[in-house]
Amino acid sequence: MYTILKKKKLSDVTNEMVLEAPHVARKARSGQFVIVRIDERSERIPLTIADYDRAAGTITILFQEVGKSTMQLGTLEEGDHILTCAGPLGNPTRVDKYGTVVCVGGGVGVAPIFPIARDLKEAGNTIISIIGARTRQLLIWEDRMRTVSDELIVCTDDGSYGRKALVTEPLKEVLEQRHVDRVWAVGPAVMMKFVALTTKPHNIPTVVSLNPIMVDGTGMCGCCRVLISGQVRFVCVEGPQFDAHEVDWENLLMRMQYYKDEERLAVEYWKEHRCRLEQAEQEAEEEKHRHG
Amino acid sequence: MAELTPKERMQIPRQEMPAQNPLERRYNFNEVALGFDVETARREAERCLQCKNPTCMDGCPVGVLIPQFIRRLREGDMAGAVMAMKERNSLPAICGRVCPQEVQCEAACVLAKRGAPVAIGRLERFVGDYELAHRTCPLVRAAPTGMRVAVVGSGPAGLTCAVELGRRGHQVTIFESLHSVGGVLIYGIPEFRLPKWIVHAEIEYAMECFGIEIRTDHVVGRTITLDELLADYDAVFLGTGAGLPILLNVPGVNLNGVMSANEFLTRVNLMKAYLFPEYDTPIKVGHRVAVIGAGNVAMDAARCTLRLQHMRAEKEGGEPGQVYIVYRRSRQEVPARAEEFHHAEEEGVIFEFLTNPVEILGDEQKRVRGLRCVRMELGEPDASGRRRPIPIPGSEFVMDVDMVIIAVGTTPNPVVFLNTYGLERTKEGTVVADMNTLRTTKPRVWAGGDVVTGAATVVSAMGAGKVAAADMHRFLCGEFSESEWWPAQVKAHTAGA
Repeated sequence: MYTILKKKKLSDVTNEMVLEAPHVARKARSGQFVIVRIDERSERIPLTIADYDRAAGTITILFQEVGKSTMQLGTLEEGDHILTCAGPLGNPTRVDKYGTVVCVGGGVGVAPIFPIARDLKEAGNTIISIIGARTRQLLIWEDRMRTVSDELIVCTDDGSYGRKALVTEPLKEVLEQRHVDRVWAVGPAVMMKFVALTTKPHNIPTVVSLNPIMVDGTGMCGCCRVLISGQVRFVCVEGPQFDAHEVDWENLLMRMQYYKDEERLAVEYWKEHRCRLEQAEQEAEEEKHRHG
Repeated sequence: MAELTPKERMQIPRQEMPAQNPLERRYNFNEVALGFDVETARREAERCLQCKNPTCMDGCPVGVLIPQFIRRLREGDMAGAVMAMKERNSLPAICGRVCPQEVQCEAACVLAKRGAPVAIGRLERFVGDYELAHRTCPLVRAAPTGMRVAVVGSGPAGLTCAVELGRRGHQVTIFESLHSVGGVLIYGIPEFRLPKWIVHAEIEYAMECFGIEIRTDHVVGRTITLDELLADYDAVFLGTGAGLPILLNVPGVNLNGVMSANEFLTRVNLMKAYLFPEYDTPIKVGHRVAVIGAGNVAMDAARCTLRLQHMRAEKEGGEPGQVYIVYRRSRQEVPARAEEFHHAEEEGVIFEFLTNPVEILGDEQKRVRGLRCVRMELGEPDASGRRRPIPIPGSEFVMDVDMVIIAVGTTPNPVVFLNTYGLERTKEGTVVADMNTLRTTKPRVWAGGDVVTGAATVVSAMGAGKVAAADMHRFLCGEFSESEWWPAQVKAHTAGA
């Protein structure tokens, strides 16, 4: 059992949680993830470790409510528990002094890019960060990103905050105007694909952190397999970071869609179930008042 | 009952195991084999000739005292039967269900040559189940030695090793990467073959009696390294199994609808996807499914698929569909446990023998639409002693399937070896260990089970756990030291032999 020590709602659908997980915090490094499972009936879902505090024995996770599991996780409050927190999993970021590094974060992808940018900054790199979201409300951790960046460009798809642009537009400009040694990008798969397409003509080594469907997350099932330069690779043990120019994006995007129908069904089932639960609780409450 | 003569004993027919009707059991995940009642068990036990020089025990990887437990069983001394059993095997309810008895103890029974051997496996299960229900035999722990042991992996090898060392008074901690203890017993073997409550009950009881601590969610290699364990513990046992699936090296392996048997079985067994959406993990099941391979894992995957198809048809209407087992050799070479093969056929799994997949075909949406195969014939025997399958030129054809499950084997998961030095492994990824002691090339580290041999059986892994525990005990008692790690007989046991 792992206790939720802190919970903060960053938007209607974005949550930041601090979990008590000393065994993970001990070893966690940027770029790694955990597998969490809420209760006996829950699935195992991978979430990036957005931050960690070794002394306190805690890790920070950040997630957007997009499916049943993340919606349910979003209903938990400080003091509640989850059953599983396994990790840290995956390979940590290969931190080195590269020179100038552009760190691109999209949506909740800003959370995983933060510790990567921090480590790269500490290693002596110049950090240009580009973060973006669909709309102002969904933009997260701008303040944190500012502390680890030499330069920070903020954009939203709808122009409600910062520049009205997709992250690839300022990225393209930076690549055209400046000398850049490396690009790191974390965000939705489609965004990472377009980052790869943007950096390719400039031949800039680009690292992305992939987010396929996983089951165990420890190398046992192969559900997360992707094609890297045509070779089958397991994201959970060989990734999650790969050379963006070697990723078969079509294959990844297609595999991520495979359980779409079931994901929708799970949400519907859960909402209906929850409604009934709430109704039953309300009735019980009214009953109590009548007799009270 | 008066003492029977050997002739009379041999006239008693081998008792049949009651089982769920094949047509009914396709609609549920309940256990197929229902177990003996007391009368049937005692009647079967009467068949044992109590040989002066019993051969059956030689066939058992953990050396269960077979004639002793059977004799007590037929005398009605259940507590005595349990005690004789537990002397060598702490997990009889599990072994009775999953051991391939037909090639082990029962093959070595003298009656095997005269028709039907004593149903040792069924009797073992009966004794195991009796103990789970009645708890006649408290497990006694030796006085604490103060020595600390880390066991990595909680499958059959790790559990057995932990139990054996716990019994001898050592303080054992098990490190498990998943959220549940049992390894392949939990994620691999389906509910209808090995009910999970039995695994949990048998494990929890032993853990409690021997004060064994369990740390789940610990992925050794990541959460904690082998070298860190060595700093904290006096000895370490690696029983991490062979968990990494081998995929087919054919075009189309990354299409939607292609998955490893490990993924399929993990979703269904560990995550209970057959209860979706009450449980969150989904599973998609095709209407025409090809399972590649014919081992126990392939049979399990095929029979789970068949059940999911029938349960879907019952709920939503329509035809359940077909499940094929595609195997490149013939019926005679099927490596699965005989009972599982038999049950799969009974339930309606279709076997395509002497058939090998060459390509998985996809539609415009990149979903499986077919499996291109080639017919095979058997040539000369190969290194395994089995006749080598050879493709028949011009025999290619396409099977109309919409899902492919790959069950052609597994190798050890390399994550456990991260950031550790001095632990030698073979080309195949298995750990090199001395055959007699299961010592690895790294002092104070022993290894056993599938991580050493490559994918094998539950009971052989248990046997390895026992062998390692015996040597670890000698080390922990100071009979030899780290500097005497490699005895004279340095003989490496390598995989695949």
